[in-house]
Amino acid sequence: MEIDLRTVAIKPLRHTFDHIARRFGDKPASRYQEGTYDIQQTDIFHYRPMWGPELQLFDKRRTQVQMKDWYALKDPRQFYYGAWTIARSRQQDAAESSFDMIEERGLADIVPEEIKQTALAVLVPLRHVEWGGNMGNSYISAYGYGTAITQPCLYHAMDHLAVAQYLTRIGLVLEGPEALDSAKDAWMTGAMWQPMRQHVENVLVVQDWFEIFVAQNLVLEGLTYPLVYDYLDGDFSANGGTVISMMTRFMGEWSTETGKWVDAQIKVAAAESAENKALISDWVKQYRPLVLAALAPIAQRAFGDQAETVLAEVTAQFNARCTKSGLAV
Amino acid sequence: MDMNVKKKKLGLKEKYAHMTRGLDWETSYQPMDKVFPQAKFEGIKIHDWDKWEDPFRLTMDAYWKYQAEKERKLYAVLDAFAQNNGHLGITDARYLNAVKLFLTGISPLEYVAHRGFAAAGRNFPGVGPRVACLMQSVDEIRHAQTQIHAISNYNKHYDGFHDFKHMLERVWYLSVPKSFFDDAFSAGPFEWMIAIGFSFEYVLTNLLFVPFMSGAAYNGDMATVTFGFSAQSDEARHMTLGLECIKFMLEQDPDNLPIVQKWIDKWAWRGIRVLSLVGMMMDYMLPKRVMSWKEAWEIYFEQNGGALFADLARYGIKVPECLTQCSEDKEHISHQAWATFYQYGGAAAFHTWMPNDEEMDWLSAKYPNTFDKYYRARFTYWRDEAEKGNRFYSNTLPMLCQVCQIPMIFTEPGDPTTLCYRESEYEGEKYHTCSDGCQHIFDNEPEKYAQAWLPVHQIYQGNCFPEGTDPTVEGFDPLAAVLDWYHFNNGHDNLDFEGSRDQANFAAWRGMATKNT
Repeated sequence: MEIDLRTVAIKPLRHTFDHIARRFGDKPASRYQEGTYDIQQTDIFHYRPMWGPELQLFDKRRTQVQMKDWYALKDPRQFYYGAWTIARSRQQDAAESSFDMIEERGLADIVPEEIKQTALAVLVPLRHVEWGGNMGNSYISAYGYGTAITQPCLYHAMDHLAVAQYLTRIGLVLEGPEALDSAKDAWMTGAMWQPMRQHVENVLVVQDWFEIFVAQNLVLEGLTYPLVYDYLDGDFSANGGTVISMMTRFMGEWSTETGKWVDAQIKVAAAESAENKALISDWVKQYRPLVLAALAPIAQRAFGDQAETVLAEVTAQFNARCTKSGLAV
Repeated sequence: MDMNVKKKKLGLKEKYAHMTRGLDWETSYQPMDKVFPQAKFEGIKIHDWDKWEDPFRLTMDAYWKYQAEKERKLYAVLDAFAQNNGHLGITDARYLNAVKLFLTGISPLEYVAHRGFAAAGRNFPGVGPRVACLMQSVDEIRHAQTQIHAISNYNKHYDGFHDFKHMLERVWYLSVPKSFFDDAFSAGPFEWMIAIGFSFEYVLTNLLFVPFMSGAAYNGDMATVTFGFSAQSDEARHMTLGLECIKFMLEQDPDNLPIVQKWIDKWAWRGIRVLSLVGMMMDYMLPKRVMSWKEAWEIYFEQNGGALFADLARYGIKVPECLTQCSEDKEHISHQAWATFYQYGGAAAFHTWMPNDEEMDWLSAKYPNTFDKYYRARFTYWRDEAEKGNRFYSNTLPMLCQVCQIPMIFTEPGDPTTLCYRESEYEGEKYHTCSDGCQHIFDNEPEKYAQAWLPVHQIYQGNCFPEGTDPTVEGFDPLAAVLDWYHFNNGHDNLDFEGSRDQANFAAWRGMATKNT
């Protein structure tokens, strides 16, 4: 049976704002649409920035990539603030219950020593790489063009901070505050981490925001996350380190989800023009060997004589992903 | 089995320090100056970023938990509001015009605050302030979006809301708030923190955010007030950040004091000028008033602000000189602003009207020194003329202040019957400002303020007509062309409230909802 509540029906004058109706017609719009499309100012700025007077406050010329409509870069997850924060809070609830269980029952103590040392050596220093990811994405959010892409980049930046904090907690759970100091030492002076630190620092001074998007969100994350949260995590689980997998669950889910968003951006930007496709493909070809070289000593530590095979598999998957997004790499 | 020795539980402060501090590092493959290119050009000297005291120790997990809870509640209320015609619960359709002013004038600025704080969150070399700024950045996009979502339902039923971003960039009075944020974002990260983090969020928020949200509460606007309550804890965090930032700058180096003082002087006055719009909203646009502008000024600025400056005095900070004028201005600005909007009501995206007798009596009681003496007769005259069918609209354009971009409508200190004009010269051109405060700002940075895109100048230069307009054709109506370029629905968005579509629809719909005929 169906019951039918009656309400006073009023015919609205319009269904959405004009700037949304100009894109999608005058029909009820989603919260993602009303909270995203065309809310960045585009015309008429009063003053040239003192930090860069050659361009306007928001200016399309801060990247070489060109789009007729920057709002073509929509987010397939349709994240506006509310959707993002609610999704993340659910994931955080799950992560928290894992950490709680591990801490309450002292499960870190049952991790085999060798696995624990690998986790401390490989996972904990990655918190600094995550911090680099935070900086790159906050740069895009500040200086990029069009809310469709600048908005998720800020969420991405905050997510990177969260991942850095999960990695911190892993160090605290496995060893305590000393783990963070040793990881920082390794990051600053350890031979294994210097190529990675150098690469991260080089990306920090890139000016073109879309280049940062490619270097950071596609190439660095696209190679590092599968290596660490797929392959290495698999090794941990297979060798008695399930406890660590419980603590990296967020990162695994997160990279699958955000990877789809990153691919959607690349696909649309590359399909826009031959110039964009060539430019983005060149960036991938420029950054891929740099990231692989930076990952080599880390993979060596994590996988020993399997390192090359694993890196080759990760690279093949990455290349397939790029090809699927329409790049020639 | 061995006894399981539990690790010592970390305290909140200690845990936060581990989670955040130490994430950054001194770069060596790239010079720090290249990684943080905006850190030094403003002249602020910071010796030790680790001295930064984190004002709120939020890790991302806690942030998501609190914020998600608030979002769930807020959107549940907004859904219920939309489903049940909540817009019919407001006191009077005149109230909607305050909401229009908010959506067109304030919400887009929340968005710019989001971008500006993202920049600050990238540019400071210290991890503590960076994380705090990024959290504010993400809060600010929350505010922009939740305001748009809260007000979206009003847009479906009433005029004036429909093209807010387009209007913000073009309409003459909206250049007042827009230029304020453009000004702050085009400055460096430290000035941004004084402009927005300190002046706007700390000193002025009680005179901006609070009056609008209290106005919503007093006038039955459940959507906006729910947003307001939901944003309250965010705002409290933002205020703390602004204050922490100014103290940090002052504690780091004595050379920072004169720079910070100059910025405080500038942004206090810039902010107060923007607040003229809030003053008229409080005194004229709310059918059910919360308090007068003058009372709000006395409580929130003179008392609370006075305590703040007393606190900052130990760093050598002085109360900005231009503020002495405010104790006189508080008796006048709301009346002068509303008189202006009434006259230019043909070119405003909200409705205007003259107060009724009861409202005029309220104004007399709240402004015993000024309302009857300077304003009542003029307002009564306009109202009588309107009743006779001669509603007055000014068809000329007013001269704008080069700095605050408000028409030059304010009067001389000590003489409320003479308009205040100041004149400066820069590179052989004359520039006009509305007050000593704005003139000082101009004279300190003429190269910046000479660039201002002044709506009236631009109209006279022919830059504000739709593309393809030929102003030389016979019978060309420049005002109509400008309104067209603004995307106004001429006759619906503008003009007097009396006779407006909003007035007619609200009456009809409320009738449908409350009567059986």
